[in-house]
Amino acid sequence: MDALKQELKENIIEQLNLEEFTVKDIDNDDALFGDGLGLDSIDALELIVMLDKDYGIKLTDPEKSKEIFQSINVLAEYITEHRTK
Amino acid sequence: MQKAVYIQEASLITPLGFSISENVSAIEKEQSGIQEQHCTDILDSPFYAAMIASEQIDAAFDKLGDPSKFMKLEKMMLLSVAETLEKSNLHISEKTALIIATTKGSIDALDPDNSFTKERAYLPVLGKKIQSFFGFKQEPIVVSNACVSGILAVAVAKRLIQSNVYENAVVVAGDLVSKFTVTGFNTFQALSDGPCKPYSKYRNGISIGEAAASVVISSEKNKTTAIQVVGDGSCNDANHISGPSRTGEGLLKSVQSAMQEAKVSANNIDLISAHGTATIYNDEMEAIAFNRTNLQNIPLHSLKGYYGHTLGASGLVEAIVGFEAMKQNKLFTSLGYEESGISKPLNIIQKLEKRTVNTFLKTASGFGGSNAAVLFKKISIEQ
Amino acid sequence: MQNGTVVCNGKEIVSVENEQTFSAFAKQVYKDQHWEYPKFFKMDRLSKLTFLTAELLINSVTISSEEKESLAVVFSNKSASLDTDRKYQDSINSIENFYPSPAVFVYTLPNIGMGEVCIRHKIQGENAFFVFDDFNPLFLKQYAESLTQNNKARQVLCGWTEIDEKGYNSFLYLASPNGTLPHTEETIIKLYTQS
Repeated sequence: MDALKQELKENIIEQLNLEEFTVKDIDNDDALFGDGLGLDSIDALELIVMLDKDYGIKLTDPEKSKEIFQSINVLAEYITEHRTK
Repeated sequence: MQKAVYIQEASLITPLGFSISENVSAIEKEQSGIQEQHCTDILDSPFYAAMIASEQIDAAFDKLGDPSKFMKLEKMMLLSVAETLEKSNLHISEKTALIIATTKGSIDALDPDNSFTKERAYLPVLGKKIQSFFGFKQEPIVVSNACVSGILAVAVAKRLIQSNVYENAVVVAGDLVSKFTVTGFNTFQALSDGPCKPYSKYRNGISIGEAAASVVISSEKNKTTAIQVVGDGSCNDANHISGPSRTGEGLLKSVQSAMQEAKVSANNIDLISAHGTATIYNDEMEAIAFNRTNLQNIPLHSLKGYYGHTLGASGLVEAIVGFEAMKQNKLFTSLGYEESGISKPLNIIQKLEKRTVNTFLKTASGFGGSNAAVLFKKISIEQ
Repeated sequence: MQNGTVVCNGKEIVSVENEQTFSAFAKQVYKDQHWEYPKFFKMDRLSKLTFLTAELLINSVTISSEEKESLAVVFSNKSASLDTDRKYQDSINSIENFYPSPAVFVYTLPNIGMGEVCIRHKIQGENAFFVFDDFNPLFLKQYAESLTQNNKARQVLCGWTEIDEKGYNSFLYLASPNGTLPHTEETIIKLYTQS
């Protein structure tokens, strides 16, 4: 799971162009949206594409995505359970 | 005192028909142009859109030119301008502007399977095609400002005529249903799972559409009843590049600017043709903005239930239907509306009604925080 | 701003000698100016070009937040958003690797860069984006004047922000009653060629 969390942080930084962040800046429990990383609605949609592309998970319910993207920990758990890639 | 500017003639090329009368007839019967589409070269799953068959365009275009030499959007726009010019008898002079409104133009030229060169995707190239076809003397002015383009172009024409840069203008707006835009809105999770439902509780996104429309705008009237362009505004939300301001700032400022210029107060307006795309955020924003400007009791419709969201064409297509509402004194139904799903009330038109429509407001909003509002007044020649 | 150089009010403030991609150049300008606006890195090339040029201009003039709120913005270019459109098109061409990106799609409209500038400076005035075959100073002058004559704006931020496969070129100016140069086509052309 730790390797996945590391990978997620790297992917998120790259995919979302978070140029001024490093992996060290993201705590596993940090809020990804709102005050934490300050991601917005377009970032949420990008993460949905990332879930499909990198982990083979298709998400179509935006409400569900709010739950899953709460933090790296929550996201990693969800991916571990549902990944097809 | 700024000089008066009028709408002289108009034409529509839409899935509801290639004449204004066909369009109005379909709208009166509450017939939608939106259908479930199974075009796997656009999207791998079915989607809801209002589309015009290329064969239909080519058949109509045949009397104007060789259909194989022009792209779909070019043909749609050329058909529309040809009809508008014929009806208006406009003499194209050095003081005639050609204004073209589109968001993506012939974006299908970028498709690797498309036989036309990629150069055709350049908007000035589209402009030149239209200019040279009809012999317009001035370089085309292309307005590409997201989904407000169609109605913003009307405001641009009015402003340039009022400052005497031009005496009249042909404004043509158009956009296509393409793989580019459909996959894009799909990745935004913005596509509806049925015909769109503006302002409704169970609305869940846009149904995309394609259309072309054109008008002649002039400092001269040419009919017994004229439609005057009396006010405009096009202000930015300064909030987010894809989400509208939650308090409707830009739309509010645009509407107020138009009303102030026209010296029209809220209760003077007889009909509002709003943007109503059926996304959760757009419709809610409009409800807030219209309430803040005291327009919540004015009869209002969105025409996206008939045409889908025709992007850069929408502002002009829907305004032209509004002109018919003025000429015929009718309120057209806001198709697709069911139970209200907005937090502030609006007076949504739920059935066709005869009503005097002397003053008409058209609004639009779009990506990039754009908004536009234009006010029109019916004038009879005795005045 | 073009070819690795930035000129502001006649003074060259950035110049890079070695060949750099626009993206690297833009990042350098951002860092040299010590700006803190992380959203910059999410922008497409056209929006970055627009943003940088506008930021330098707005920072160099005295303009209150009230004036900014009603500032009109009138930008233009030749290629609209084709630079980004091609990138988006690439992402939908492949059947095996079909993952269109919402972050790319949102920038496939030429007015988004203008929107970014408005968001940054809380500009809620008139705005419009035009497309011409070439830089059109006469049109910009005429349209800006039609806005002021109609009381739609007091000051107008105008210009040209073009980026395509061949290169990039942006030129912005502020038309204002407080200005020192006459608002004529000749003045605009002179400033454009000098920059």
